[in-house]
Amino acid sequence: MILKRLLDWLAGYWPEWAAYVVVGLVGIMVLIAFFLTMIMVVIWLERKLIGRFQVRWGPNRAGPWGILQPIADAIKVLTKEDIVPDRADKWVHLLAPVVAFVPPLLIFAVIPFQPDAILADLNIGILYVVAVGSIAVVGAFMAGWGSSNKYSLISAMRVAAQMVSYEVPLVLSIIGVILVVGSLSMMDIVNRQSLPFFLMQPLGFLVFFLAAAAEVNRSPFDLLEAESEIIAGYHVEYSGMKFALFYLGEYGHALAASALVTALFLGGGKFPWGALPPSFIWFLAKMVLVFCVLFWIRSTLPRLRVDQFTGFAWKFLFPMSLINIFLVGTELWWAKEMGWSLFPWPFLFLNWAIAGMLVLVWPKLFQLGVGRVEV
Amino acid sequence: MSFLQGYGFVGLLMLVALALAALFILLPCLLTRLRVIPRKPSPIKTDIYECGLETQGKTWVQFNFRYYFYALVFVVFDVETIFLYPWAVAFNKLGLFALIEMLIFIAILVVGFVYAWRKRVLEWK
Amino acid sequence: MGTVITFWALAVASVVAALAVVFLRDVFRAALFLLASFIAVAGIFLLLSADFLAAIQVLIYVGAIGVLIVFAIMLTREVKRGNPWGRMRFLAAIAGALLLVTIVLAVVNTAGWPGGTPPPPQATTEPLAMRLFDLETGFVLPFEIASVLLLAAVIGAIVLVRER
Repeated sequence: MILKRLLDWLAGYWPEWAAYVVVGLVGIMVLIAFFLTMIMVVIWLERKLIGRFQVRWGPNRAGPWGILQPIADAIKVLTKEDIVPDRADKWVHLLAPVVAFVPPLLIFAVIPFQPDAILADLNIGILYVVAVGSIAVVGAFMAGWGSSNKYSLISAMRVAAQMVSYEVPLVLSIIGVILVVGSLSMMDIVNRQSLPFFLMQPLGFLVFFLAAAAEVNRSPFDLLEAESEIIAGYHVEYSGMKFALFYLGEYGHALAASALVTALFLGGGKFPWGALPPSFIWFLAKMVLVFCVLFWIRSTLPRLRVDQFTGFAWKFLFPMSLINIFLVGTELWWAKEMGWSLFPWPFLFLNWAIAGMLVLVWPKLFQLGVGRVEV
Repeated sequence: MSFLQGYGFVGLLMLVALALAALFILLPCLLTRLRVIPRKPSPIKTDIYECGLETQGKTWVQFNFRYYFYALVFVVFDVETIFLYPWAVAFNKLGLFALIEMLIFIAILVVGFVYAWRKRVLEWK
Repeated sequence: MGTVITFWALAVASVVAALAVVFLRDVFRAALFLLASFIAVAGIFLLLSADFLAAIQVLIYVGAIGVLIVFAIMLTREVKRGNPWGRMRFLAAIAGALLLVTIVLAVVNTAGWPGGTPPPPQATTEPLAMRLFDLETGFVLPFEIASVLLLAAVIGAIVLVRER
């Protein structure tokens, strides 16, 4: 690891704790700079792509191809008046953006960009990600409550309902990966993927991708900020940099989700041939690709209703994730009994066949959202 | 890299992230002092924004109890996943017995799930 | 050195947050402080090399129980004012103080407080799984009974919320 080597080198000159703190801060600064830059790039890319999806140009005034647009936005948002409603719960209102912003950044501590570029390869890596990610909902709730705005509160309730429904399939679909890897460390998960896991467990990949898309509130799952129903959701009463913190947190979470999809199911920084580009370039490329698929889904599908939304999680994703666990578990046990060291190809085809069949047949068992609903 | 060193970095990252967020909030305060950012509060501006209409009644509204039900079921299945994680990590060492064990465990919980489905409590009405 | 400072910071934070939970009138803020206290306790677990437990603490208590508490708050009436002062509060305070003294005495007298060298840090997840699921040495039956308990919770929730 780069950080480890830096630490050893510095510890030769300085007291150990000083070397440790300085090395840690260097790593963290690089990580945060990367985080903020990536968010700016992704915001520009999203606006550009969504523009093309909707047959318009997207931003094209600030700089060549509108590339300076995120910077212009940042300056604009920095110079906006900070408005706090009189009736708001001032402290909760103030702290909510902080709570919403920090967890997505913390997730990036364990994202394995490259074997030697990871801030902390924790033993419980993926569990840490799940745990930290579940804190973000508290920020949204604080915002909804603290603003004492009815629309904000409705949105906050929806955020929580969303998290409650989609957390379980999300967490369960990761189990399939851990079964194969036998470790929770993110680095181990990437290293074990001689074959990307989405080929091996298409069902788990599907569930994880959809649940992650829902958890980060990308449309069609963005009913918590449905403009046509509840203005802008839990951050209606925020302006200036506080709003920017929510925005950063939201995009940070979406980035973290696509990084997770990359690390867990697309082989992380691994690539099928050669060693020419360093592996973090591959990681970034895959991550941006996943993000673009999220844009694509966003610009294609209309928004879901609350009943359809929760029904989809409980009636489709949840059973699918359980089936995936036992499919993978049984196959692994069988492969071990037969003494096969590698995951055999017939299982792969079997998994795809079962996944395809379930996706086609299972939705016939229920109907999503019939009739009138109250929220 | 030792155990606590890794978590030390995470803790340090948390502190830096909190400081960054604080900076993002304090910077506009400073700029307001320097008259870069305008500050002209008025009763209408600092009122609750509800699409131009004046807000009426309490913010608190009676929410659908279904939210609470989903949260209860969520807690149960979240606890279930906690058992699944160590099981999955040690699965290669444990073998068939563990697989059957977990099959029984999940089957018992799925009974509850099927019951909920049949009683139509998963519908949002 | 660093661990000692971190421990005291976390310990003070968790106790202060817990006191805030008890003394604040606003139920929603009290709930937030409860979550803060949970997170600080998770940090203390980490210092004890119990990483799996720390993650579970955050996942279950902050992520799940926290949401449950917030939903429960949505169903209460006077959130800002909290509970009205009851006449029984002096009795309650005395009973609480007695209970606290008993617990503290019990902990101090029974634990033995071994102050030896800390155990070598290692991955805790796998040994935990071996203790839980292994055929010879594991707690297989309690584990299966846990699922019956969870099933009872699900069915209880369904019965509670069904209209009629």
